[in-house]
Amino acid sequence: MSGILELKSIRCGYDGETVVEDFTLSLRDTTLNCLLGSSGCGKTTVLRAIAGFEPVSHGEIILGGKVISSMNITVPPEQRGIGMVFQDYALFPHLSVADNVVFGLRRQGKTQRRKVADEMLELVGLQGYSGRYPHELSGGQQQRVAVARALAPEPPLILMDEPFSNLDVDLRERLVLDVREILRQRQTTTLFVTHDQNEAFVLGEHVAVMDAGRIMQWDLPYNLYHEPANRFVADFIGQGRFIEGVMASHESVETSLGLLAGNRSYEWPAGTRVDVLFRPDDVLLGIEGGVDCLITDRHFKGAQIMYTLRTPAGEELLSLVPSHLDINTGQKVKVTVDAEHLVMFRQ
Amino acid sequence: MTRSRLQNSIWKITTVMLAMVVVLPLLVVFSGWMHTENRVWEHLAHTVLGDLLLNTVWLVFGVGIMVTVLGVGLAWLTSMCEFPGRSIFDWALMLPLAVPAYVMAFVALGLMDFTGPLQTLLRETFGRGGYWFPEVRSTGGVIAVMALVLYPYVYMLARSSFLTQGNSTVEAARSLGLSAWGAFFRISVPTARPAIVAGLSLALMETLADFGTVAIFNYDTFTTAIYKAWFGLFNLQAASQLASFLLVLVVVALTAERQLRGRAKYHEATRSTRVHRYHLTGWHRLGASLVSGLILLLAFILPVVQLSGWAWEVWREDLNSRYWGLLLHTLMLGGMAALLTVIGAMVLAFTRRYRDDAVVSSSVNIATLGYALPGSVLAVGIMLTFTSVDNLINTLATLVGWKLSGQILTGTVFALVVAYVVRFLAVAYGPIDSGLGRIRRSLAEAARGLGATPAMTLIRIYLPLLRPGLFTAGLLVLVDVMKEMPATMLLRPFGWDTLAVRIYEMTSEGEWERAALPAITLILIGLIPVIILVRRSARH
Repeated sequence: MSGILELKSIRCGYDGETVVEDFTLSLRDTTLNCLLGSSGCGKTTVLRAIAGFEPVSHGEIILGGKVISSMNITVPPEQRGIGMVFQDYALFPHLSVADNVVFGLRRQGKTQRRKVADEMLELVGLQGYSGRYPHELSGGQQQRVAVARALAPEPPLILMDEPFSNLDVDLRERLVLDVREILRQRQTTTLFVTHDQNEAFVLGEHVAVMDAGRIMQWDLPYNLYHEPANRFVADFIGQGRFIEGVMASHESVETSLGLLAGNRSYEWPAGTRVDVLFRPDDVLLGIEGGVDCLITDRHFKGAQIMYTLRTPAGEELLSLVPSHLDINTGQKVKVTVDAEHLVMFRQ
Repeated sequence: MTRSRLQNSIWKITTVMLAMVVVLPLLVVFSGWMHTENRVWEHLAHTVLGDLLLNTVWLVFGVGIMVTVLGVGLAWLTSMCEFPGRSIFDWALMLPLAVPAYVMAFVALGLMDFTGPLQTLLRETFGRGGYWFPEVRSTGGVIAVMALVLYPYVYMLARSSFLTQGNSTVEAARSLGLSAWGAFFRISVPTARPAIVAGLSLALMETLADFGTVAIFNYDTFTTAIYKAWFGLFNLQAASQLASFLLVLVVVALTAERQLRGRAKYHEATRSTRVHRYHLTGWHRLGASLVSGLILLLAFILPVVQLSGWAWEVWREDLNSRYWGLLLHTLMLGGMAALLTVIGAMVLAFTRRYRDDAVVSSSVNIATLGYALPGSVLAVGIMLTFTSVDNLINTLATLVGWKLSGQILTGTVFALVVAYVVRFLAVAYGPIDSGLGRIRRSLAEAARGLGATPAMTLIRIYLPLLRPGLFTAGLLVLVDVMKEMPATMLLRPFGWDTLAVRIYEMTSEGEWERAALPAITLILIGLIPVIILVRRSARH
């Protein structure tokens, strides 16, 4: 099944330096998709290539069955009909809020445009702001106008470049939820880039983790956390520590915390040396029958406490437990692991 | 892809061509050396060249020292000290910028001549020969006149540098044991050095380019010699050789500026710091007010009052159709030049910003060097270039069998306007480029993403947002063109006299009163951009 947007093995770069390489991605209709990666990983370049601001030197970009970018073709941005929300919002300072919103609707009459402006502003919760100018709005309001402006021409696809990075933390959390609601309501396929995992997990139904211009994993947020496809994703997403182990059978592994078995079997033969990933929520404290570990650090987070532990073998573990289990550093504690999702990589 | 490549090259080619228009007259000026067998030139070289050089060097040194002392001193007083009238002097000391140097010159002569009001008063008091009076038509006189109208360049840039420095560094220096004067010379001035040098360089470029002032004072420099060689001897070759000497002096001055400015950039404060001014007391306080007041009186109030007096005497006769004709010509030339210059500067700024590469940036650098070219040098270069183009067209036409009049481009308004565009491209480039710099790239991208073509993006996004910059650029060019004397004198077609030309004609006859009305007009128009500058610096 082909999606609304197809990126087939695209390559982009500036001045002979390749920024994105062999990048393949397919977006289905009406989904919220996210490119997640640290700065400089090429995620914004991918977005700009889709919008038509950067040419591709290899591969092709197909929107709704039509090739819009390839080695020989770069359809100009204005002919693509893709909505975009910029990191700095890029509101036109000399136009009112309403004029900003209807900028992309030129074929329609005045009354129709006014109607759309009112509709869009109501959608983003800014009724009554149509006569204001961008500099008279707060950062969050500007952000909503930018979203309304991108949505007004009813594009089949919306791109968002770090749409929440310029906002305060409190405001950001609320606005992410608001924007998710708006996009779901409008049933618009969305691709946004961010470096913030929380944002990616809240907004993204599908998330692509990127590194050095390539996709490392394209999956549901749950799977990125619990079943990372490779060591990079395991490191990048969430917290956790690796502990050495040796395969005892296809199903179980021998570690300093004992013999562990997950919910699946592995292809590696017994005796293979592996690294086993433990998330802080996999590591349970104070249960009889566990291994004695030393608490080396303790980080109080309110409802929970994050402990750093040292195993008898001298390896480090993290454990996130409810706050009422209060242990001081330097004390020993019994450690067991809940190993349903046993993530292992061959050494 | 091919279409955008074509667009790409159109922008670049236009930029490179603008650079060529600036460079070509220069090359032509230097090519004058290929005709050194010329006898008139040898005569010039033996008789006047030494004097010309000496005169020019004196002038540059004198004006340079005086504008630095006046500009930096006054800037420090008004920005770092508190004394009666400070808040008025702060902006009023920029006003002399509106007075063309040649206007100042003839007003000074008119005031202090033997028949002028000052000497008449002295004569009536002390009797003939009973008093000492300095010779006005002297090196000192020219230097004083030029310094009084050119110091605002240094003043403005030094002032904004002092203000943005704030005084935390000065206070740190004081706490480490430096006196107020010590902090001034060891902290404030070195920090402001790039700004001071930039202002000084502007003032000296004007000094080297000046024709009107030195002509009125009969002080021979290269600009007057070029004029004499052209109109007195009708020898363009000699004029171009003299022009090339002047050009070498300009290059030396520009190189010196680069060296002095060093690697330092303009000091830009990241946030506006509150300035705590020294509260002057006693005779310091009185002295500061007196010195500021005296300079303002000499450089602006006195000339304006004297001109108004003269204009009052003659306006019934002089405010006639000829005056309106002069004003119309001046405004038409200024308007045409302003429009073309603004368009040219926009092309440069857009290409620099969106299609930059080594060729583009060096072309832009060359194209904006025109401000350093004295009007007389430029006039000679453009005259020679257009003459050869005319000859070429005539030869071709004769081959085809047409008979042409001989002069196609020379002696037309076109030649004059080209000269203005070359000279003032940099003036227009500054505000447009900084205006463009404030428009975030994402705005244009957002417009494109919403379906606007590049042309529509230009009309609906760039032009409205650039409007203040375009307005400032056009206004500055208009005013500069209206004041420009040598290029207009040398290139104007028959019947295209301007206000500046009228001032030259009347003052060379010693008829100060009859030059008053055009002079007042130029000052009033010149005040508009100065007021805009003042208001902008007040917001600062």
